[in-house]
Amino acid sequence: MRYLPLSDNDRADMLARIGVESIDELFADIPEAVRLEELTTLPRRKTELQVERQLGAMANKNVSAGSLPFFVGAGAYKHHVPATVDHLIQRSEFLTSYTPYQPEITQGTLQALFEFQTQVANLTGMEVANASMYDGSTGTAEAVLMAHRVTRKKKAVLSGGLHPQYREVVEGVSAKLPGASVVALPADPTGTEDILAQIDDETSCVVVQSPSFYGQLIDLKPIAEKAHAHKALLIAVFTEVVSLGLLESPGAQGADIVVGEGQSIGNPLTFGGPYVGLFATRQKYIRNMPGRLCGETVDAEGKRGFVLTLSTREQHIRRDKATSNICTNSGLCSLAFTIHMTMLGGNGLARLARVNHMNAVALADALAAIDGVEVLNSAFFNEFTIRTPKNAHDVIEALAEKGVLGGVPVCRLDKSGGDLDNLIVVASTEVNTDEDRAAYAQALKEVLA
Amino acid sequence: MTMNTQGRPTRSGEASEPMPHQTFTGNRALDMEEPLIFEIGHMDNCGVDLDEPENFTPRLGNHMRSEVVDLPALSEPETMRHYVRLSRNNYAIDAGLYPLGSCTMKHNPRLNEKMARLPGFADIHPLQPISTVPGAFELISELADWLMELTGTNAVAMSPKAGAHGEQCGMMAIKHAIAAKGEERSIVLVPESAHGTNPATAALVGYKVVSIPAREDGTVSVDAVIEKIEAHEGQVAALMLTNPNTCGLFEPEVIEIAKAIHDAGGYFYCDGANFNAIVGKAKPGDLGIDAMHINLHKTFSTPHGGGGPGSGPVVLSDRLAPYAPLPFIRKNGEELEVVETTDQLKGGEQPFGRMTAFFGQMGMYVRALSYMLSHGSDGLKQASEDAVLNANYVRVGLQDLMTLPFGENPCMHEVLFDDSFLKDTGVSTLDFAKAMIDEGYHPMTMYFPLVVSGAMLIEPTESESRASLDLFVATMRDLVMSAKAGKKERFEGAPFLAPRRRLDETAAARKPVLKWVAPEPTKVAPELA
Repeated sequence: MRYLPLSDNDRADMLARIGVESIDELFADIPEAVRLEELTTLPRRKTELQVERQLGAMANKNVSAGSLPFFVGAGAYKHHVPATVDHLIQRSEFLTSYTPYQPEITQGTLQALFEFQTQVANLTGMEVANASMYDGSTGTAEAVLMAHRVTRKKKAVLSGGLHPQYREVVEGVSAKLPGASVVALPADPTGTEDILAQIDDETSCVVVQSPSFYGQLIDLKPIAEKAHAHKALLIAVFTEVVSLGLLESPGAQGADIVVGEGQSIGNPLTFGGPYVGLFATRQKYIRNMPGRLCGETVDAEGKRGFVLTLSTREQHIRRDKATSNICTNSGLCSLAFTIHMTMLGGNGLARLARVNHMNAVALADALAAIDGVEVLNSAFFNEFTIRTPKNAHDVIEALAEKGVLGGVPVCRLDKSGGDLDNLIVVASTEVNTDEDRAAYAQALKEVLA
Repeated sequence: MTMNTQGRPTRSGEASEPMPHQTFTGNRALDMEEPLIFEIGHMDNCGVDLDEPENFTPRLGNHMRSEVVDLPALSEPETMRHYVRLSRNNYAIDAGLYPLGSCTMKHNPRLNEKMARLPGFADIHPLQPISTVPGAFELISELADWLMELTGTNAVAMSPKAGAHGEQCGMMAIKHAIAAKGEERSIVLVPESAHGTNPATAALVGYKVVSIPAREDGTVSVDAVIEKIEAHEGQVAALMLTNPNTCGLFEPEVIEIAKAIHDAGGYFYCDGANFNAIVGKAKPGDLGIDAMHINLHKTFSTPHGGGGPGSGPVVLSDRLAPYAPLPFIRKNGEELEVVETTDQLKGGEQPFGRMTAFFGQMGMYVRALSYMLSHGSDGLKQASEDAVLNANYVRVGLQDLMTLPFGENPCMHEVLFDDSFLKDTGVSTLDFAKAMIDEGYHPMTMYFPLVVSGAMLIEPTESESRASLDLFVATMRDLVMSAKAGKKERFEGAPFLAPRRRLDETAAARKPVLKWVAPEPTKVAPELA
């Protein structure tokens, strides 16, 4: 077996050295009744070539985003990632290192984490960020739990613009705790819900996504004001981090916790994971924060260095009193984020964001020109929602048959019915060309004809 | 023409200068100091070429930011150099033995990286039409089949994103199952030797944790479990047990323990962090588990990546299977049906909710399946056996000099020593571990599990050759003999040769500096103002 260095001679010598007759003596504690001889139901080892053929055949059954006009978003986005990023994250020293528990020999990982935290804090307009969460959805659930700890209240109000699957994750994690409740507002494609009316003294936090799941930009300031008046926290959520290059930061609008999906920078679509959750807050709340934190310090010779810090919040020290059970986070995905963000900088990110916005505006105009198609959003970034006269699921399937992946039918995620059944969330990024947009408009015209 | 017959001098001659200890740059040859990007980056150039968009009318309402984000950039060559230099300050499995007990630092085959990057896996969107990604669901389904077969179970929740997230999933399923029976139970039993994630997870899901002490041999006795069950009659929701446990031992009474918890109406959560020791040797389902997460990044070698991403699918017993979270794949003969929302549920299916957006860690699934296919049933079993063989080889190589807390018995895939061999030497477990760094080794897991004093948990994995183990054992013996000979200077303040000396963690925690802030501008002399 190519991955196992021991030869049969080695094994025999080593068993003799250990002083046992056979390998099974080392497994003697396994009750005899359950000991296995062989796994006859599973295939035997394969060569590298055989594995490549088998998995390659599976991969070939899928339609990849780069192979056709592609406008699917709704929480995961197709962007161009510089070749440098994937090369660097595959360096052995990053790829095959563990969580940096021994800082003297993991300064590479730690310094990159410190850079990541700084980038995320500056992007979101917050004072501190952690070393990443699994993804945006689990980060949102952790943010709600953190707000409960900070406010000592347990009612979360969720905007109807929050990604439906994020809402489900929050409900699953926090609604089942003793005394906790979640008020989830109905779907709000246009950003016109009255969330202020839902905030009262019982409210622990208000969770608002901007750009919303439907692409609508939301003014967070009045929500922050109302929340603060009731000693509640505003949790600002985003799924498209590129938008922060062009939009006023959630921190500047008064958010107390900012949490979002960082996949767009540095990370491929990969069918939904692994991604990287970004999580930032105010300095005064750091001891209630979930997740790993990297901090600056000095070594015995006074040289600057970095360590994992404030671990007294964490599970391996505090056990059942920990702020979260998180252990592994998204190390390598956060490294990819940091490298790509380093190549962009603030100006590069703003330019990337402008190109995204321009493409989305051009697409919205092209689709709105089709009879019966309506763009619902008054203000949007690189994603918007259209209403068509036909069922959205059928429209998307018909478009796919014409070689265009035209977006996400809202009814795939939200089964409330009614008007939602005719809505499609459409995204456009820097990868889309004029030809892509023309192909989409033409195909949609034909499907709706 | 005469040839130079002298060649290149290999020794410093009398004329050469002695090697200076301080360099102008602070670098030491290949060991280079590297500033933060914020100290070397710039705002007027970057590493990504992109044309500025033509004039168009933005549709951003009044949401535009007034200034660009305060983040400098590096060009491509500068980026490359910066991160390559940083990488060289990292220890890695590819560079040396990484004996972190319970973390399972085994070889990461590069075939798996190549497979995960096929456009048919890496460049597909979780919400593109299901009809356009049949291969994705086929892959998830095949991996699920392997996991169920290896564990002897009939259901698996694939979506949890790491081990602790899998624990959370399993415990939520248990909570839901208890509620479905119309019961309320408030307590979860956790042995003292458990990973910190176990009690943290139980608390996160809303349970009170009651600790079970370990026996003198490091294992959990069924009597201790029964005692706690009886003390909290009708209140125990579950037992969370790691098997093989964190002392590197297989729990010999695990079947009886499972029966005891089942008889009391509770569920058996098994922490699968150490499943790598018994793959192909025993099926956890046969031991009576109700739920067990599998760290694909441990047992099935998806790279640890400096702290993730992981992946933590949870296998479930038939009793818990109906409560598996959304989304899942329902098999209809050869047909795969994707169930994403509650309106698609059929008889008996009562998911407790959803763990994450989308379908979980697809990139890790591809790597894990590639690893399984490569090994096959025979290779997986051999890997478990070699892991256990290597750990025992280290054990017998060191047991006369170091101290085994539970006697000279065989261990599973990792061997646990305590610090009694360091008694009266003035050398602590921490000092000892840091001295290993100077010898070119990553230290073993220290001070865990908590059930022994100054724990040192060594897991060599199956990826080490015999020569590598021999050198490791010889090095450890040399270190122990130094400590016992009173050579404290080798340990106190170690490491001496790493990119950094020991770091001040107390200062870091007392006054946390968690991001870079531009230094105050230097005051300009008045005559220059």
